[in-house]
This record gives sequence, C-alpha cells and structure tokens, in this order.
Amino acid sequence: MKRVEGLSKLTGRELYVDDLAVDDVLWGGTVRSPAARGRIREVRFGSGVDWSEFVVVDHRDIPGSNAVFLIEDDQPVLASDRVRHLHEPVALLAHPSRHAVRRALREVEVVIDQEPPHLDYRLEAAPDRIQYGNDNILKHLRIEKGHVERALAESPVVVEGVYETGAQEHVYLEPQGMLAWEEDGVITVTGSMQCPYYVVDAFRFALEREKDRIRIIQAATGGGFGGKEEYPSGMALHAALLALKASRPVKLIYDRSEDMAVTTKRHPSRVTHRTGVDRDGRLLVQDIEVLLDGGAYVTLSPVVLSRAIIHAGGPYQCDNVRIDGRAMLTNSPPFGAFRGFGAPQTQFAVERHMDRIAGRLGIDPVELRRTNLIDAGGSTATGQVIDDGVDRVAVMERALELADYSGRRARHAEFNSGSHTRKRGIGLATFFHGAGFTGAGEVYLDSVVHVAGLPDGKVEVRTSNVEMGQGTLTIFTELAAARLGCPPEEVVIAPVDTARVPDSGPTVASRTAMIVGHLVEEACDDLRTRLGLAAGADGDSLKEAITGWHEANPADEPLGQARHVQPPHIDWDEETYRGDAYGAFGWATYVADVEVDLRTFATEVRDFVAVQEVGKVLNETLARGQIQGGVVQALGWALLEECKWRDGAMENAQLTNYMIPTTADVPPIRVEFMEVPYPHGAAGAKGIGELPFDGVAPAVANAVAEAVGCDPDSIPLTPERLMELIER
Amino acid sequence: MEITFTLNGEPRIVEVDPADRLLDTLRYGLGLTGTKEGCGEGECGACTVFLDGLPVNSCLVPSYQARGRAVETVEAIPPGELDALHASGATQCGACTPGVVVTALWVRRNPGLLATHSLRELMAGNLCRCTGYDGIIDGLEAWIREDAP
Amino acid sequence: MTVLLPRTVAEACDLLCEHAGAIPVAGGTDLWVEWPLRVDEHDRAYLDLSGLDELRAHRWTDDELLLGALTTYWDVIVDPRAKAELPLLVDAAREVGAVQIQARGTWAGNIVNASPAADGVPVLMAYDAVVVLQSRDSIDEVPLSDFYLGYKVMRRRPDQLVTAIRVPLRGYDYQLFEKVGSRAAQTITKVGIAVTRRAGEWRVVANSVAPTVCRCRTVEAFLTAGQRARGPDDLIGPIREDVSPIDDIRSSARYREQVLARLLYYGLKDECPSFN
Repeated sequence: MKRVEGLSKLTGRELYVDDLAVDDVLWGGTVRSPAARGRIREVRFGSGVDWSEFVVVDHRDIPGSNAVFLIEDDQPVLASDRVRHLHEPVALLAHPSRHAVRRALREVEVVIDQEPPHLDYRLEAAPDRIQYGNDNILKHLRIEKGHVERALAESPVVVEGVYETGAQEHVYLEPQGMLAWEEDGVITVTGSMQCPYYVVDAFRFALEREKDRIRIIQAATGGGFGGKEEYPSGMALHAALLALKASRPVKLIYDRSEDMAVTTKRHPSRVTHRTGVDRDGRLLVQDIEVLLDGGAYVTLSPVVLSRAIIHAGGPYQCDNVRIDGRAMLTNSPPFGAFRGFGAPQTQFAVERHMDRIAGRLGIDPVELRRTNLIDAGGSTATGQVIDDGVDRVAVMERALELADYSGRRARHAEFNSGSHTRKRGIGLATFFHGAGFTGAGEVYLDSVVHVAGLPDGKVEVRTSNVEMGQGTLTIFTELAAARLGCPPEEVVIAPVDTARVPDSGPTVASRTAMIVGHLVEEACDDLRTRLGLAAGADGDSLKEAITGWHEANPADEPLGQARHVQPPHIDWDEETYRGDAYGAFGWATYVADVEVDLRTFATEVRDFVAVQEVGKVLNETLARGQIQGGVVQALGWALLEECKWRDGAMENAQLTNYMIPTTADVPPIRVEFMEVPYPHGAAGAKGIGELPFDGVAPAVANAVAEAVGCDPDSIPLTPERLMELIER
Repeated sequence: MEITFTLNGEPRIVEVDPADRLLDTLRYGLGLTGTKEGCGEGECGACTVFLDGLPVNSCLVPSYQARGRAVETVEAIPPGELDALHASGATQCGACTPGVVVTALWVRRNPGLLATHSLRELMAGNLCRCTGYDGIIDGLEAWIREDAP
Repeated sequence: MTVLLPRTVAEACDLLCEHAGAIPVAGGTDLWVEWPLRVDEHDRAYLDLSGLDELRAHRWTDDELLLGALTTYWDVIVDPRAKAELPLLVDAAREVGAVQIQARGTWAGNIVNASPAADGVPVLMAYDAVVVLQSRDSIDEVPLSDFYLGYKVMRRRPDQLVTAIRVPLRGYDYQLFEKVGSRAAQTITKVGIAVTRRAGEWRVVANSVAPTVCRCRTVEAFLTAGQRARGPDDLIGPIREDVSPIDDIRSSARYREQVLARLLYYGLKDECPSFN
C-alpha cells in the first residue's frame, strides 16, 4: 500500500503548523540568555520600542510550577533567577507583526551576573562549577556480569581504546512550531510534536490545570527524529502562556538558525574500552566506561544513558562485562533524544574497537565477529538470554555476500597499490538495537488504543502516536484492515488530538509499529468481539455490523479497546540492571565501501549495504525508506556534521555551515531484510526506526581505517580531522 | 508597492512590502502554503518554485523581482501526475517534498539536462532528512521513464 | 526600506548618484540569505537591477565573451560554447550552490559581493577578466586581478555599477579548476584554485585562503621558472608568500594550506616536468 498521506504531501496540501491561517493571530518570540551561566540581574526593555503594543510574559506569569515536567523538574519553563545555558528562555514577546517581534527582541537586554560555566563534559568540574549534586553527575548507571577484574588479569591480550562522538543536530526539515489559543476555558495547542501526552503532562504541572482544560493536537509534523520528543513541551508552554495572557491565538515558529542554536542535539560521548581476548579473538572480558554530555538540565539524559550502556558491549557473547555510565552536566543547551538514543554512540565505540582488536591480533575483522556474535542461548551484557531464532552470523554473511566484501577487498588492494592520491577500503559493523521502552518502561506507559466503528460503517483507529514521516498512518491502516478483513479505505486514523484519542504512549523508541501496532490489532479483535462477529468475518459483515450497531444505539459507538500487557518473557531488574532489557532486538550488519582522497582528505562513500533482521517487514517501501533515511542521516554524523561550540553554544547554527548530506554525497543505499517474526509485535514486526543509525559510523570509520591505514577514534571524520589523524 | 506577475498561469496584481520575500508573499499573502520554509538561507530548497521556468529558492527572491515574470508553485502540479513519486517512497515527512517535486518536475520537463548532468547533481539543492534520497531518485527515474517512447 | 526600480542602465546610474549608498540587487542569493533576521539591512535603499533587460544577455565576439551584469551561472552552464571555449567557467558555475542558486546568482554579483570564498571569481581571474564599471559620467574598466584592495574592499565607487565582465578568448594549453568544500555539492569553498597556462604564462588563483580571492604570483613565478617540487611540501614556501589562510568555522588554516599545496602539486604534476 502506498503512503496514506503521500499525495497530500507531494502536492503541498498537507498542513503544518505554520501553514494554518488564523485570524487575529499574534507572533511569538523568545528572549534568551546571552550567557552560559549566571544570575539574572535584570531584564531591560529598550526605549526604542512601544512596549504597549506587545504582550510580554516572564516566569511570574506561570500559574503552576516553573518547570518542564519530565524525569526531574529542574528545567524552568522560563528562567527566573539564574540561567544555566546560552539561549535559555527568559521571557516571551508577542505582537501582530512577526517583523516587529524580531526587531523588539533585539531591544531586550538580559543582564546577567556571570558565573563560570562548565563546558567540557570530559573534564572534572572545579568546585565553583558544580551545579548538580556534589559532582555534576546527572545519572550514574552500571551493568555488571561475571568477574571483570579477575578476567582482565587472566586475559592473554588486553586491548584498550578511547572513542568520541560529537553532537548532532536533527535538522528535521520543518523547524519547531506551535500555535496556541484558549477556547471555552480549554487551552489548546497544535504544533509539530512526537508526544502529545508529554505536552499534556507538562501543561498540568506548569499551568496547574486539569486534563479536561488542556487539549493538544498534533499538526502535520515535518520530521522529528527525537528532536520533537521532549523539546516541544516547553515550547508549547511558551505559546500557551502568551496566548493566555494575550487572550488571542499565538504562533511561535522558530527560524532555522534559532532552532539549530537552541534545541536539543544528540549527546556527545566518550567511551573507553578495555577488552581482554584470547589469541583466537574470543572476548573474555569487556570493561567499558561511557560518558555522555547531558547539557544543562537532566531532561532525558538518564534514559539515553541507559540505552547507551545496554548497547555498549555490542551484539557479542562475553561472560565478564562491566559497563559504567555517567551523564554529566555542562552549561550547554540540554542534549536530547535523537534516533538511536545513546546506542549509536556506544556502538560506534565497540565496533571500532572490534576492528582495533582484530588488527592487534592479526585476525580478519569478519572472523573476529563470527567468533563472538551471540549464539542462540547466549546472553547480552545485562544477562538477557537471546533465543529468538535469528542467526546473526547468517545476517552478517548475507551482507558480506551482497557487498562482495572479499572481492572488493582484493580489488581495493590492487587499486591502492596503483594510486598515490586515492585509497579505497571496505569496512563492516555488526550491531543490534532494542525496540520499545527499556525494561519495565512499557509497563509504566500502560498504553491504550481504541478502534471505533463509525456511523458510516468505517472504523477509526485512535492512538496518540503520530505520523512524522515514518509511516504511522499507513502502517496502522494496513494493520487494522488486515485484522478486520476490510479494505484499507474503510479504515480512518483519527487525528492525534488528546480530546479524542487515548494515551498510547509517545512516538519514540521504535515502538510505534511493533508495540502500538500490536495494540491496534488487539483493539480490532476487541471491536469484532463486541460486534459479535466471528474471527473470520469479512469486511462486508463488519460494515453491516457497525452500521447496525449505530442504528440500534444512536447515542453510542462500538468501541474496541486494548491495553498493553507486558510479554511474559520480559524479566527486568531496574536496580541491578540485570535481565531482559527489551522484548526484542533487531540485528544487522552494514558494509561500507569508501574512497579517501589524499589530496583533500575527503571520504566518499562508494557503496553501502544494509542487511537487517527486523522480525517482519510490514510495508516494504516504508521499511526501506526508514533504513535508507537512517543510514544517510548517520553518514552525516559519521563524516560531515559537526557542531562547532563557542562558549557553550553552537556557532555554526545555519544550514550553510552545518553540513547534512545532499543527494551528491551519498550512494544508493542497498537494503535487504531478513525476517524472523516476533510473536509480540504487530504482525511479527520489530521496531526498525532507530536500528539503521547504529551501525553506519563504525562501518564507515572501519572502511577509512582500512583505506588509509590509520585508526580513527572520533567522529565526525571530517577531512580536517582525518588529515590530523594521518599525520599523527 | 504593487506588483503584477503571472502566478500558476493566471495574471495577478498583489500589494507587497518591499521587504517581503516571494516566499512570504506566496505563503502569507496568497495562502499558497505548499511552498515551505526550511531554512531561509537558500540552502534546503523546500521553498523551490519556478521563476520563468527555472527552479529558484523563493526565500532569496525579493517579491518586487517577480514583477512581470511567471511564477509557478507546487499547487499548479496536477496530483494525477505524481504516482511515480508516490510509489517510490519519495516523500516521508513531507516538509522538503513540495520543493523536491518542483525541481523533479523541472528535470522531467528537461530530459536533455541528463546529457550533461546526473540526477543527483540536479537534485542536490533539495535537502531531505528522511528518505536518504533513494526514494526521490528512484521515483524521478520512473517519472522520467513514463515519458519515454 | 526603499527600492529603486530603474528601467534603463542610464537611469540606474542616475539613481546611484542620487541615492548614495544604495545597494544594487541582482539575483539576491547573497543579499537575501536569512533576510528576515537581518533587520538592520531593511532600513537601507536598494537598486533593483532585475528590470534591466539590456544587462541580461551574454555575448560572444571573435575575441571575447561579454557577461552582462545579470548573466547567471545557469546561462553559462547551458551555453555549449562556454564549455568548449572557457570550460572553467562551466566547471565553477556547476559548483555554485545547486540549480536554484545557479539560476539566480550572477557573475557580477559574485564579484561585488567580494567574498574570499567566491566561486565564480577565481576562474574569471585566471582568464584575465576585466570588470566594466559604469557611472553617470564614465565607463571604466578594471582588470579583475586588480579589483580587490582588501577584505570586501574593491575598486568600485558607490556611484558605479558593474554592467559587464569581459572575458578574453585565448587559446589555453592548460587549465584547471578545483573546489574543495565541506561536502560534495552545495557547499562553500574551504579552499579552491583556478589555473591557466598560455604560451608558458601561468595564472594561479586561489580562494578562501586570503582576505580576497587572489592571484598567487609567487607560485606563478615558481612555475614559470620551472622550479623543482618533489612533493606538495615544496610548494608550501611559495604558497605562504601569496596567501594567509585562517581558522574559521568551516576549516583550519593548516588544512587550507596543506590542501592548496596538494591540489597544486597533484593537479600540475603531469604538466610540469619539474614536479616529480
């Protein structure tokens, strides 16, 4: 089936928040901190502006708690007495003219008594820079398996490595935007977002309102990638505070440069490996330290750290593992959710490290992986026993075959001996990604899905999971139609409006198709049962039953419901970080073929093969699109995309200076799927949205290492960085 | 100031502020919101429209420079023509899509360009963060093939 | 904001006299970047050239190509004669932004925007192009290689309008253009070169390595003299006489210097017997 809303997008008819024409609307703007840390002495409003024309909001206008509700409540909606990062929101303006807002923002001066900021997460903070607990550690987590010290002492070979990854900006093509208004005592916001119920929670907390006076409606969302997970909560509050004070609708739309400078980014990381191996390359012990830059507030860093450490050992069998993770406070804008959620950072490290181990032992990188990939009945770092019927070695073999790995290696050797300025190499990464919330996370979410029969006989699927490009509308339509035996045209997906849809959890963590999709199936079953239909009933009898119901019960609708039940095989201990971290993992091997130009030190990716086992492919075009898009976004992280920091803020906050890949930067991405259905996922599916991000950077860096005979330990592997590495 | 130009084949007279970009005039003045703003820097191509038949970034065109010229936006493209892009997965989130479609249509109308340029060079001015570009390139190839004898 | 809309070049020159400091606008691809945020610039006067059809076309004669002030990159890209006779113009034009920019950006605008990273300027300079400046009272011509006096400082009075660029047609026996940006397309140059040779006379022009696009006269002399280079490092000395790259958000001084040496060395290796 083709994308449900595809034609609407291709013709430009899809309405995003800035496309909504609203009478009497004001444009909002945000006054931000000019310093990375300090006390706010004063906010001065310049004399060149007639401020009576403006609506001005600051922290005193917040009726409830001045905090963006999330894991902790340390991040203010609007800074009141102190700021912890550059560009932190301090006040808000609104005016009928957007141009007037832009001019006025320049006339507001936030006067800060500056305090010394802590800007490098890798350094221990001096006492006068401690701002969280007594050590600036936002979260400390640890995984332990076996006997690490003893195994290290007994290992014949110990290989060490330190690996770093940089921040990455999401660059969803639609910048963040919100439109707020109050209607019959209900504060209503529509905008670009992944998690409408996160916004509801944030409103209850900061606006001190009951749920029935809060309505959040997702507008068409032009990309998210995690960037519209937690960030929209605060921004929606900003728009709402202005609208409440103005008693008029307010639109708050970020310009690209504002969006890039102030919103979240992927957490920078430093991962240290100490690995004991035997002479044949068998992993005896992994001792891993993970350090993340959390930025100025806690936000989601604890859970990003959690996923980072769970994936840090890679998809390998090792009996002795210690993974120690810390997320550190710095005075940067908070880092946040981004496709992969910590796993790409740690799997870059472990997959680069595997190649380093192979080099040290003189073993082929493929053989090293073949030796160590988890076999059926083996276990991950948390002790999760893997017995899912997937042959991880077969996934790898298929990728190598598709890439003609050995043939290319041989040809590259010949090519390289004949060229002074161009060097080719091929590299691989084997990796995994756990789908859904970690451990008992899905239990806490307690997701609910409704499927209703409408008066015209169609069925309406009601969830809080959004379409942001990844294909939710199409997948839910297909799942419901297949389950109910009706044509897809008979299925309607309800707009994500918290006044209408139940809370089926956030649209994150590769959970939408696998977990919520499964709930859609179960709600369809429930609807059929309520209608008194047999399991094999066809679409015509369904339609008849629904219209019949409405005739008999005009005041009511037939409603199927489903609530998440944790699959029985998941047993997780949050205290010890032992057990089944995820219901299912996707498994993959990616192979990159590169050419390095030694005149310019630029790396061209000549070919890219992505083979993955994802349970069941629900829609081939959408699934392929997820992989190809994820790979290319990760190629950007690996080679091009570098946030340049200055005093704690991004200096290159323009698309002219922050380079994401164009068509000309990437080859066709060759995708193949392998399928071993997951019994608890929708139609056997496992999550696929994030998996493709994890293996790209290490495959590319391993290929570059082979091409030029160096040992890259940090990304992005820009030409400047590669030049230094080669000269080193 | 008042400007006269041809918009999607129809003559139009529009009052604009000299500081308005063509993008602003289309979106906020005329309600043609198919043309998107992705960056305002002429980098992403989401605001691509035809100006006298060539694709341009409407965020870099002063509205007053449209006077006497022909502007064509994504709204002028018949939906029935877009099956190839629909089937190939050329759109995901949709924010870059109208710009992609305009540039792709230009390539399709001018297949002679392929004698000197690759599709990937011609499409390099339209950033997409979702598809990895394969869905776009595959769809455009199929779209061009529709015209082949 | 004031916009002046002349209908003839003469009128445009009159308006430039009357409105001191009015900024001529052609394709807008530099002036209008992030325009809504550049609020100070909204208070100025602009001279719109887009209605001056007499400046639009480019013309070939037996001995020169005349680029009008409104000639775009795309105009040159699709002219087969350009590819045949002045191929570096086409090579450079194809590296400017992408088609959306090529369709709007003008060669003249690229010159007067005076960015050290200008993509159109190095090839024009390597072809000994001449800038034609018209004012109410005079028409002046300045060789492009003498046009820049410093960062964003040039030999153009506020009352002068660049109306054309003259590119002489000569037989070159060697020509080279290289652009190194941060990615494969749509990128600002980090370091670039344009090189021509005619009857043993070299032109070596570099961009993004000095406050202006500049001729590298020491390197040219090095080549003319047939001095020996055993590798890129042997060119570093002459390069340092000619350019002064800096660290900025796009690259580093060291990278620019190293890559400039490599582009020149490997680019010219087959042409220069003294390079081995």
